[in-house]
Amino acid sequence: MSEALKTTPAEAVSAKVLAITSGKGGVGKTFVAANLAAALTRRGQRVLVLDADLGLANLDVVLNLHPKVTLHDVFTGKATVDEAIVKAPGGFSVLLAGSGMVEYSRLTPEVRDEFVRVLRSLLPRFDVVLLDTGAGISDVVLFAVSLAGEVLLVATPEPTSLTDAYAAIKVLSMQQKRRQVRMIINQTVRPGDGRAITGQLQQVLDRFVSTDTGRPVRLIHLGDIPADPSVRDAVMRRQLLSINNPNSPAAMAIAQLANKIDETVLIKA
Amino acid sequence: MSPSQAPAPIDLSSLRLDTALALLAQDEELHPPAPESTTGYLQHLIDGLCELSLKDPLTGLANRRQFRAVLEREVDRVTRTGESALLLMLDIDRFKLVNDGHGHPAGDIVLQSVANTLANCVRPMDTLARYGGEEFAVVLPGCQAAFGRAVAERIRSIVESTPITIAPGVAINVTVSIGGSFTLPWVRSPISLWIERADHQLYRAKSEGRNRVCLDFPPDSTVSAEEKGLLFYDVPDQDDAGTSTDQSDPADSANRK
Repeated sequence: MSEALKTTPAEAVSAKVLAITSGKGGVGKTFVAANLAAALTRRGQRVLVLDADLGLANLDVVLNLHPKVTLHDVFTGKATVDEAIVKAPGGFSVLLAGSGMVEYSRLTPEVRDEFVRVLRSLLPRFDVVLLDTGAGISDVVLFAVSLAGEVLLVATPEPTSLTDAYAAIKVLSMQQKRRQVRMIINQTVRPGDGRAITGQLQQVLDRFVSTDTGRPVRLIHLGDIPADPSVRDAVMRRQLLSINNPNSPAAMAIAQLANKIDETVLIKA
Repeated sequence: MSPSQAPAPIDLSSLRLDTALALLAQDEELHPPAPESTTGYLQHLIDGLCELSLKDPLTGLANRRQFRAVLEREVDRVTRTGESALLLMLDIDRFKLVNDGHGHPAGDIVLQSVANTLANCVRPMDTLARYGGEEFAVVLPGCQAAFGRAVAERIRSIVESTPITIAPGVAINVTVSIGGSFTLPWVRSPISLWIERADHQLYRAKSEGRNRVCLDFPPDSTVSAEEKGLLFYDVPDQDDAGTSTDQSDPADSANRK
């Protein structure tokens, strides 16, 4: 069995599907997804961002998109998946679930099958698919994460965010047998914060979370995004940071994150 | 209906009750009602029919209809309370061999015996159901993750060690494979998913050799005070920036992998 198979849950659709999730809402998950997608696109990757929160994601808000056709129309047979894919300002593709999907928050086996079918059909056309999931451990989130080869977990240094991140990692490792989770610490104050936080989370996980394989989940510190007023400015203008303020510290940090994902995650996919 | 309007009196002799009475008469626990008053008589009859419609006739356990209703109620409850509940799916191992080797009446006796054994293993608040064929289900409300395996293991070992007399002087032993899954606390998850997760574990138990228990990990999202204490213990404060000099080297964490 190859190393990739051992670290990826059985349900994962492909190693190039990356879930972006968080323990708590409001930590910048969708902001990270959108801006990371733009940064990966600039590196020459064909990127799709998929609203995996089934209509509750704020991707359309962050990117100022108003699509007429969404995944909901695909599921109900009113449109093809190609009609539902829109181009975002950063040059990457976006597939929004649409507000009609909220009724699918009851995640029936049919909805799951359809979601997987759509995801699989899109894979050949993209180098990387980012799943913008909801926060926490609802079954919609757990389902979306289970499809991904890798999990990127966004947290901020606040104690509430860390507690919820820890709880989410615990569930991912115990219920989904995740072997590793990549951490993005957003809104850090000083260099080194993110690495220290990741190390701290790892220590507590090692002590309290045991898996049936005996190997605890491994956290990999992917990088920090420093607290930066230009982020708020870009979000308020509903623009990508790389367009609004490409030389800001946060934009540069996101470019570095994309670099690292390219070189360490996607190279295996 | 206005209160002044009394309902028209019912003439029992004008109702066709023969089939209903015959159904009740077949069941030893549901005797046909004694005709005291018309209302009491009909209520008794209706109650009896309702009970019949929720029971499996062979084993007396809940049938699939009641099982689903119990599961729905349980999901409602855990969504509100955040409590845990366990669903066990049990399947008698190699049941076909019993039917083929000893005949279907013996198979029926085995089903009844296993149902009885189950009834002795669970709490009054638990629901036992015959899910179909030789498959049973147990719904255990308020069952904490730590006790789930103990309960399932107890059921498995008692079934294994209980001889079943299928004919005078002929006793056999059967085993069961058990799969179980917990509800997601606070989450309104459809019961079909809950059943599917338990079924998946049952499949695992079967494929790993039968006569065993497989449970899926409950999604334990609770964070104890002790864990919280440690989580924030070492986050550097303003005076403690010295440990972070390696941060800017992007190759560093790549090397650690």
